[in-house]
Amino acid sequence: MEFVAYGAFFLTTALIFSLITLGLNLQWGLTGLFNVGLAGFVAIGAYTSAILTTPDDPARIGGFGLPILVGWLLAMLAAGAVAAVIGAATLRLKSDYLAITTFGIAVVVQLVALNAQGLTGGPFGVGFIPRPFGALAENPLAFNLANLGVVAVVALLCYLALEHLSRSPWGRVLRALREDERAAISLGKSARSYRIQAFALGGAIMGLAGAVQAHFIGFIAPENYLPTLTFQVWTMLIVGGSGSNLGAVIGSVLVWAIWAGSGAAVSALVPTDQQARAAALQIVSIGVMLCVILLVRPMGLFGARPKRPRPQAVSEGEGRA
Amino acid sequence: MNLQFLVDGLLSGAMIGLGAIGVTLTYSILRFSNFSHGDLMAWGTYATLMVVGAITALFGKVAPLAPLSFGWPLIVALLAGMAFTGGLALLLDKILFRRLRAKGQMIIVVMASFGASMALRSLLEFLFSSRPAYFSKAIQIAMPVGFGIRITPDQIALLALTLLLVTGVHVLMTRSQIGREMRAVSQNIALARVVGIDVTRVVRFTWLIGGALACVAGVMIGVLVQIRPLMGFDMLLPVFAAAILGGIGSVPGAVLGGLIIGISEAGAVQIFGAEWRAAIAFIILMAVLFIRPIGLFGVGER
Amino acid sequence: MGRSVLTVKDLVAGYEPGVPIVRGASIRVDEGEIVVVLGPNGAGKSSFIKAIAGLVPVSGGTVLLDGDDITALPAHQMVRRGLAFVPQTENIFPLMSVEDNLKVAGGVLPRSEVQPRIEEMYGLFPDLRERRTTAAGNLSGGQRQMVAVARALMVRPKLLVLDEPSAGLSPKFVSMVFSMLTDVRMTGVTILLVEQNAKAALAIGDRAYVLVDGKDAHEGVASELWNDPVVAELYLGHRSAAPEGGRA
Repeated sequence: MEFVAYGAFFLTTALIFSLITLGLNLQWGLTGLFNVGLAGFVAIGAYTSAILTTPDDPARIGGFGLPILVGWLLAMLAAGAVAAVIGAATLRLKSDYLAITTFGIAVVVQLVALNAQGLTGGPFGVGFIPRPFGALAENPLAFNLANLGVVAVVALLCYLALEHLSRSPWGRVLRALREDERAAISLGKSARSYRIQAFALGGAIMGLAGAVQAHFIGFIAPENYLPTLTFQVWTMLIVGGSGSNLGAVIGSVLVWAIWAGSGAAVSALVPTDQQARAAALQIVSIGVMLCVILLVRPMGLFGARPKRPRPQAVSEGEGRA
Repeated sequence: MNLQFLVDGLLSGAMIGLGAIGVTLTYSILRFSNFSHGDLMAWGTYATLMVVGAITALFGKVAPLAPLSFGWPLIVALLAGMAFTGGLALLLDKILFRRLRAKGQMIIVVMASFGASMALRSLLEFLFSSRPAYFSKAIQIAMPVGFGIRITPDQIALLALTLLLVTGVHVLMTRSQIGREMRAVSQNIALARVVGIDVTRVVRFTWLIGGALACVAGVMIGVLVQIRPLMGFDMLLPVFAAAILGGIGSVPGAVLGGLIIGISEAGAVQIFGAEWRAAIAFIILMAVLFIRPIGLFGVGER
Repeated sequence: MGRSVLTVKDLVAGYEPGVPIVRGASIRVDEGEIVVVLGPNGAGKSSFIKAIAGLVPVSGGTVLLDGDDITALPAHQMVRRGLAFVPQTENIFPLMSVEDNLKVAGGVLPRSEVQPRIEEMYGLFPDLRERRTTAAGNLSGGQRQMVAVARALMVRPKLLVLDEPSAGLSPKFVSMVFSMLTDVRMTGVTILLVEQNAKAALAIGDRAYVLVDGKDAHEGVASELWNDPVVAELYLGHRSAAPEGGRA
């Protein structure tokens, strides 16, 4: 029984990760937009929904007690809107600028979460976030299974919608833009608006994931949204294979299993005073894994074959003739 | 308003500027934004700290060069640390970046640098734990220099060192053959080959300079603030913002961008409080991207 | 007939394996000559000359420079062997001063010879001496070609190879560029060029090859080739077509 309850808990977390990874796959896998600050978008979603749905709290603004679904919807809207603004600022420039800006937004979101105590609760975070099926909390098995059901439905809906989108004409345009930067430039404004749409939608999905997780755990704090989260999700997508929605989901479950498994091993086997160091080593090995996959099998488990190289490389090839 | 913020801003601007030189060079010559640059700073600082430790173990406690808080061991160790960090950058290029560059997708290289950054930083945490370390526990008395401004001897020495290094790099880029070759590669790599430039050598040199300056920037933070595994990663946003503000590829631009950001940060800290410091770099970055994405000294999007 | 500076035999080359653009072309350039390679659009002229210069992968044949086998050497080593190449476009460093453009190319020379050689180039191209501190990108089209040629000559090459030096220039500059090339030949430099502007090129050339379908189809003395019926059939009939797209 306890094992089933844990299994449900594990799967719920993994599926929430796969939601984020699906959003990233839309941005990177389908459109080729590099988001190094996805933790920021997840945080925006989580805080938006938390502030809107929690009961009134004299210590901070918010606590509107709105229904959970309204919270989720507005979480998507908020994260998507921030993504759209960033896209508008940077998608006319080289891809590196988007990378740097998203990196920056994650830093700023972290800063706001930590310091705008009147809004976010500061380092103490936000508690008492209503949980769907909170009434079942007495029975961990039923509660975890019910949560798993909700998260699974959300993830499945997202997956089906994204599959549909990537096969639609809209998705084909995005793919074409990714494959051929020159075509993208010659399309000019309309190419940019396609990319902004994809980036915003991806951001909205990340925001939704953040909101879903907040309501699943019931409590959020700034340290949930550190760069490590960004890095985990990237590893999930690269392992699964960028470009494939199925790969994004399987990669998430797989990497989360490795992460949770090695984390459990660390806490079981390593003496308490050495656990911080062991956790650091855990991140090192995942970082090395990411680099090795990029070197050896850049298409991951399920990804499309690598795209043909652009003649921009600095080593071989003749460069820009 | 207390003018002390000018000194603080100048100092953090110097650190940001030194870091931004490396970022701007790797961007213009290797054509990718290196997210592991901040971690090179941290690695350089820890390497320098190790060498200082080794020297102290060999020669016993060395008296500081009054009125500074450090003695010759730190100077020797800094040189060793610069060489080490340059070597580390070369090693990273050899095992990771160069192979991915050969595949031609530059954004994959950016991603790999992000992965490498995470691994490098956590490896430092594993080796040294996240507890802060210090080059010296001595507390320096700041001397008043008028207008309500105070400055310590260490701060003066490090500002002078920055000035020296920045001038040196600028002269190297504009007056030496390797500097001309670096500019040539950044402007047109295919033509650079046709002209007979050994691009591999230029790339190697770029990493060496970028790594060495990252180490100096890190050690400055170490001397003036403290040494932590996250110290470099925390500098990444201002460093990138400075490189973009100055105009990618421009060494004087990177330094000026660093100073502008450093002084703005210090000024904003007086108004809004220290906890909001990191937001300043982001606001400046966004403003530059909206208003003038090529930066102050930039020459068009490549 | 003089000593052979360049001998290309049965060269096969192309960007993608198995899809050669150059299919067994052979030419010879003798000391002191100006040799022109002509051909209809898409004949592979540009790829041919780039393959000689090490910029297009070579899969067969040999390239001998002064008896040295330089087949498929990396581009940056060609200069050291005495072959200097002037690309068709983007052939200067636009943000560097004229003098720095020359200096950076002088890296192959012993250090003490760089400045004297720059002075020699200023002697050959007095305009450049006046504009020595100007960023090369701010010069006129003709002056940019001068910088490109002077930059290539810095290393005292045995052979100067030019890819369509008149491309994109106004008629005034075209004649300026070709008269510049005859001046350069006077200093004893051997020249090989690919041209679209057949008339102008044949006027200064000694001999010419016509490339068709990646192979050398016709060879002759430049002054006679202009009136050759075979050439007219092979090449000049296609003259009105759009300029070669090329694999830039």
